[in-house]
Amino acid sequence: MLELQNVSKTFNPNTVNQKVALNGVSLTLKDGDFVTVIGGNGAGKSTMLNAVAGVFPIESGRILIDKTDVTSLPEYKRAIYISRVFQDPMMGTAASMGIDENLALALRRGKRRGLRWGITAKERAQYKELLATLDLGLEQRLTTKVGLLSGGQRQALTLLMATLKKPKLLLLDEHTAALDPKTAVKVLEMTEDIVRRNNLTTLMITHNMKDAIAHGNRLIMMYEGRIVIDIAGEDKKKLTVEKLLDLFSKVSGSDEADDKLLLS
Amino acid sequence: MILGLNILELFAQLPGAVAQGLIWGIMAIGVYITFRILDIADLTVDGSFCTGGAVCVMLIVNGYDLFTALMVSFIVGMLTGLVTGLFHTFFGISAILAGILTQLGLWSVNLAIMGKPNQALNVNNYNLLVSLRYLQEVIKGTRPFYWSPILVVGVFVAFLIAILYWFFGTELGSSIRATGNNQNMSRALGINTKFNKVLGLMLSNGIVALSGALLSQYQGFADINMGRGAIVIGLAAVIIGEVLFARLFRNFSLRLLGVVIGAIIYYIVIQTVLWLKLNPNYLKLLSAVVVSVFLAIPHWKGKLFTARRKGGSDRA
Ligand SMILES: Nc1ncnc2c1ncn2[C@@H]1O[C@H](COP(=O)(O)OP(=O)(O)O)[C@@H](O)[C@H]1O
Ligand SMILES: [Mg+2]
Repeated sequence: MLELQNVSKTFNPNTVNQKVALNGVSLTLKDGDFVTVIGGNGAGKSTMLNAVAGVFPIESGRILIDKTDVTSLPEYKRAIYISRVFQDPMMGTAASMGIDENLALALRRGKRRGLRWGITAKERAQYKELLATLDLGLEQRLTTKVGLLSGGQRQALTLLMATLKKPKLLLLDEHTAALDPKTAVKVLEMTEDIVRRNNLTTLMITHNMKDAIAHGNRLIMMYEGRIVIDIAGEDKKKLTVEKLLDLFSKVSGSDEADDKLLLS
Repeated sequence: MILGLNILELFAQLPGAVAQGLIWGIMAIGVYITFRILDIADLTVDGSFCTGGAVCVMLIVNGYDLFTALMVSFIVGMLTGLVTGLFHTFFGISAILAGILTQLGLWSVNLAIMGKPNQALNVNNYNLLVSLRYLQEVIKGTRPFYWSPILVVGVFVAFLIAILYWFFGTELGSSIRATGNNQNMSRALGINTKFNKVLGLMLSNGIVALSGALLSQYQGFADINMGRGAIVIGLAAVIIGEVLFARLFRNFSLRLLGVVIGAIIYYIVIQTVLWLKLNPNYLKLLSAVVVSVFLAIPHWKGKLFTARRKGGSDRA
């Protein structure tokens, strides 16, 4: 489904700020895989997701989605296949547009936008139903400007928007990190539910090892721009935080793992 | 008579101020599209306003009909927006600088179009859509009321607002609004933000040029300096409209109407200041000060707000 072949990315090449963020990453996802991604700060997790989404060009390697080479496609064209939820709740929605307008924009992800009316009455009814499933009362506030919602509400809405038109690939970059603990749990439950129900192929970055272990059918850990741990299937089910830390110190050849991972 | 000022004199000036305000209101709608919808401060307008006037006058003088003159002004205005848009998106020049470059280049282009710094358009020789002369004659009663520029431009504005209301409600128009709101989200949703910015700049400058075309007819000439400071007048109108009608006008079309009323108020204020016998030299200084103060208000408000928020502990 998704294939990264030897993908590398260096920021600010040939300057003092040169930073190798991805160092020959290869990864293959099967249809319906739900992969959690962990790793310390600066390990390259976001860079990997952004490379897949096409936020910037990569230096070397190839990216394929359903056997289509998308390496040279601009970000907005890759949106045909991909939807995303960002860490910052502000980033996934248009603040001065209504809840319904935001949903209408998301429903048309990857479609040609012409001179038809931007939102239909039939859609609005559908949005109401879907918003009701979030259980946040948003179905009563269909035309409220999104800027007036709380971070948690916005993030829940972004999640709904990301799956309104079913994507081939869902990318989640620490999408609960900016929320208070209670809301974070709720949004994560919602994520699990939506991903399972639609059988979405998903890459989810999280800073929380327990979440990474509890969710998904496969876990990868990144370190210095590479994937150093990749666990799936039965092994993943049996995984514990202790085992994971143990594995990591073996791979990285140091015992600084604990601090690095737990503190990040 | 108070202090040597005659209030009747001021009243006599009012219809002229309203007519001019309406015409500049069209230009302010153009500024609203870039400044508020696209979140770009586009300085092209100082040039494209004059371009619209120059093209319109030259076409009418050379025997083309009104409709053609206005249409071509609009299209040439769109081309100026295209240039700025490509500078910005294709060559990666900042939007402000891109606008300044186009504006500078347009000075020469406008001179080339007119052949000299000032081209007259004598209302006696041509059929015009609007003219100061028509206004005076309607007031005197020697012309039927429907020739009044206030009515004609008023209808024009209503038509323009209706079209823009429709356009920004379409899928394409919504995606332009989204682009100005949040580029990250827009691209993630498959919106070509570069294309949309170029399109918005074209639409805006087309409208600004139309406004220039109407003003040149109204005043009976096009002048190389007619667009100088236009951006500030446009911003003033946008801001006055927003400050006065923020609570009343929520709907998009009403907001555009607010902007036009803002322009009218701006011209009435200018007329009043002139009537107070203030040295006209200081008008531009006055406009600049007023606009900067109003632009600063939301910033200060924001600062005050975050300062208060920092006291709290919750983040949600
Ligand atoms: N736009 C950028 N410009 C320069 N350096 C960047 C940029 N984005 C990320 N980096 C650097 O690349 C490395 C990987 O960053 P990132 O992928 O964001 O890490 P994380 O795993 O925490 O998400 C970090 O050292 C970061 O400083
Ligand atoms: Mg990150």
